[in-house]
Amino acid sequence: MAANNMRHALFCAIVTLIISFPILGLSLEAKGVNITLSGAKTSTYVAIVLAAVAVFVFQTFRDTFMGALGKLPNFNPLAGREPMEQTKRVKLESWLLTGIVVFALFWPFLVSRGSVDLATLVLIYIMLALGLNVVVGLAGLLDLGYVAFYAVGAYTFALLSQYTGISFWMALPIGALLAGLTGMILGFPVLRLRGDYLAIVTLGFGEIIRILLNNWTTLTGGPNGIGGIPEPTLFGMEFGRRVKEEGNTSFHETFGIAYSGEHKVIFLYLIALVLAVITALIIRRFMRMPVGRAWEALREDEIAARSLGLSRTAVKLSAFTIGAFFAGFAGTVFASKQGFISPESFVFLESAIILAIVVLGGMGSQLGVILAAIAVTILPELAREFSEYRMLIFGAAMVLMMVWRPQGLLPVRRIQITLNKQG
Amino acid sequence: MLEVKNLSMRFGGLLAVDGVSLDVQEREIVSIIGPNGAGKTTVFNCLSGFYKPTGGKVIFEGREIQGTPDYKISRLGMVRTFQHVRLFTQMTVVENLLVAQHRHLNTNMLAGLLGTPSYKEREQKALDRAAYWLERVGLLDLANRDAGNLAYGQQRRLEIARCMVTEPKLLMLDEPAAGLNPAETKELNQLIVSLKEDYNVSVVLIEHDMSLVMDISDRINVINQGKPLASGTPEEIRHNDDVIKAYLGEA
Ligand SMILES: Nc1ncnc2c1ncn2[C@@H]1O[C@H](COP(=O)(O)OP(=O)(O)OP(=O)(O)O)[C@@H](O)[C@H]1O
Ligand SMILES: [Mg+2]
Repeated sequence: MAANNMRHALFCAIVTLIISFPILGLSLEAKGVNITLSGAKTSTYVAIVLAAVAVFVFQTFRDTFMGALGKLPNFNPLAGREPMEQTKRVKLESWLLTGIVVFALFWPFLVSRGSVDLATLVLIYIMLALGLNVVVGLAGLLDLGYVAFYAVGAYTFALLSQYTGISFWMALPIGALLAGLTGMILGFPVLRLRGDYLAIVTLGFGEIIRILLNNWTTLTGGPNGIGGIPEPTLFGMEFGRRVKEEGNTSFHETFGIAYSGEHKVIFLYLIALVLAVITALIIRRFMRMPVGRAWEALREDEIAARSLGLSRTAVKLSAFTIGAFFAGFAGTVFASKQGFISPESFVFLESAIILAIVVLGGMGSQLGVILAAIAVTILPELAREFSEYRMLIFGAAMVLMMVWRPQGLLPVRRIQITLNKQG
Repeated sequence: MLEVKNLSMRFGGLLAVDGVSLDVQEREIVSIIGPNGAGKTTVFNCLSGFYKPTGGKVIFEGREIQGTPDYKISRLGMVRTFQHVRLFTQMTVVENLLVAQHRHLNTNMLAGLLGTPSYKEREQKALDRAAYWLERVGLLDLANRDAGNLAYGQQRRLEIARCMVTEPKLLMLDEPAAGLNPAETKELNQLIVSLKEDYNVSVVLIEHDMSLVMDISDRINVINQGKPLASGTPEEIRHNDDVIKAYLGEA
């Protein structure tokens, strides 16, 4: 046994050396037209050897380490606590949600412009995650190309404003509806697919949209993106120093206050907040409606659902459409916030982050999703010094979550219904 | 009300159902029995639209329905249970019954979002119907439990209740007594008879428990290796030589 482990460990260490030496230990340098091969610094070689030793040690004592990892759940700070009583938890959660919203309303007036800007981004992610939650959490359809609908919303606004000079408020419903329509169209071909296959195809769709945006240079400007996207107005009042659109007035002049760049940021934040709350309320409502129950039924058992008269086509398409609709919402806000968009904002990593928020939050739970969106967006900002290790920390957090709370931060709680006894 | 003529179903080289015919009248309990692998479940799958039969006709209330998609068949008033219970396990017991009443609800999304009176009224009716059937199968106290946490016998009863809230005309039960203890089987027996007598539902029953079958069936169809072997009243079947041979002779 031990000898066996030893041999395996030695093998792993050698593989580590073979792989890392050429990658880290050698470097190609361009000298004029020629390329020369040179060695790296001594410290790099030391690091490579140390890494090989670490691999060797770990593999030799692998069983011990893995055994310890298995005990990890015992250190879970939350382990061993009684789950809260249902009714109590319902009350607490709704208080908490109201509290968060009230706090969020006043908060921008207390902090810096940068924080408000970041908070707007958090709200956009909350909208996205709540929308994706419909598709993944409720309907159980693993969609890895969700960012495509976000892009549709953003580009709809950008293009319409560029070609027709449309305002934010007009673009908001149009962007959302177009994104919803795209969701429905993309939903058709994947109706029969489940699980992994669905994930792969939706991943492909996401990439197709991004590549299309990148290459259709005449319309979208390709990698250069589109700029000059207008900010929202408040009843025809603009927040810029000078009025751009004819017929509009400017906010600071109307109210006779000094111009400040903060007004604009705070206003956009408040719009995002209102939209995020609306999104949450609508989806919350959907969950208690026939359509929401149909989504979940389809996730739980498609065959049983069909045997009870649910049409797979209608149920799946409605989930895709509604999920995409809210992504379009978020996309329009994003375009307005940035003032400039390019395909770079809609890469696969975005889809992955939104999905991570949904999973971390506990599929289907709204408060969980909100907390996870805050954590995933803000933590990397707080840990700026570690920004190189961002993905590493992110990954480690995911692993710990899966060990400690595989059901997510706040797993869904079922809606309790009181029945009247009949006859 | 249901007439099946010469039904056959082929899977590649295997003829799982071969020329099976049966008919079901209003308020009648008709059983399908046969050894394991005889093709009983396959017959159900053809009737309920999960498979498109490779031959024969299925006529329900004067309409040919073979090849109609599954979800449309249940809307006609033919619903089924499954040999292996299929509940929406992570949803509560009531929610299971609400999903089943999808057709009776106001599914207009705008109406739901706004909470119009018509929407609320239908939602309440659905809840009342759910409460009624939960009471009927003795699960009312467990209404807000997750369906997956119920005991096996309770899950079986919930599955039947879930069919009944759709207000079907014909109920197809695939081995409803499998895994039940004698007391539960007896309750099930009474429930099925009451469905026929009190709710005017016709029942097609697949069952291995002979005492249950003999007790409550109006007529029995025996199939063996996909082929119809005999049909008749319980008394006729009990004394049919072919049936006795199929069940005992080869043993
Ligand atoms: N989808 C399928 N593809 C291929 N063969 C199938 C399929 N479904 C059923 N069969 C075959 O058809 C035959 C009949 O199966 P069926 O499940 O209808 O039997 P059954 O009478 O319900 O048996 P049991 O009493 O065990 O439930 C079996 O040989 C089975 O292997
Ligand atoms: Mg069977």
